[in-house]
Amino acid sequence: MKEFKITSNLIDSQTIGESSSIGARSVFEGTVRDNNDGHNVKKLEYECYEPLAIKEGNIILSEAIEKFGLIDAFCTHRIGTLEVGETAVIVVATSGHRDEAFKGCRYIIDEVKCRVPIWKKEHYQDGETEWLKGAG
Amino acid sequence: MENTLQIRVIYFAKLRDLIGLDEEIFSMEEGDDPSDVLASIKKKHKIDVGANFKIAVNDEFSKWDIKLNNGDRLVFIPPVTGG
Repeated sequence: MKEFKITSNLIDSQTIGESSSIGARSVFEGTVRDNNDGHNVKKLEYECYEPLAIKEGNIILSEAIEKFGLIDAFCTHRIGTLEVGETAVIVVATSGHRDEAFKGCRYIIDEVKCRVPIWKKEHYQDGETEWLKGAG
Repeated sequence: MENTLQIRVIYFAKLRDLIGLDEEIFSMEEGDDPSDVLASIKKKHKIDVGANFKIAVNDEFSKWDIKLNNGDRLVFIPPVTGG
C-alpha cells in the first residue's frame, strides 16, 4: 500500500501505516526547528501546489517500493502555519527486514525534499519573513 | 483573434509575493511556449526570475519548449523547499 497526503491538520505518526504485519517499520519525522542560518525561527508557513505534489509524491513512493522492495510506503506533508516543534512531514516505510525499511525511508524523504512542489516561508522572532531559496 | 491563446498562469510562494497576484491570464500567440509566457511575466511585472524554475502545464511537469494550447494552465515552480 502507498499513500501520499497533504494536510492542514496536526500529524500523528501513530495513525500512519499501523495495520501492516511486517518485520520492519522505519519512521522519519521532520519537525520545525527554532533556528535556521543564524535566525531565530518563530514559525513556518508551508504552501503547496497540491495536484502536482500528490502526483509526484505518489511517483516517489512507487519508486521506493520498486527500488527497495518495500511492503508499504506512506508520506504525509503538512501545509499552513506550523509552530516550533510541530511535525512538518512524516515518512513511514515498511518491509520484511530493517535494511530495506531504513533505505526506503531515506530515499522517500530525500526525493520529497527536492522534487515535490512545496515551499516554506520562515517567520523570525524579529518579525522578518523569508521564502527559503531551495537547492535548484 | 483566431490565433490568440488564453493562458492561465497560477502563482505560488515567492513568485506570488513578488507579483502580488494569485493568478492572471496572458494572451499569447499560436506557437508560443512556456518560456514566452515567462518572458511576458518578466516584462509586465519588471522582475528577473525563472532561471532555475521548473514548469507545469495542466498539472503535469512539462518541457519549456512545448507548444501551448488555448486554455492551458501554467505554473512556474521555483526551487522547492518542503520537508
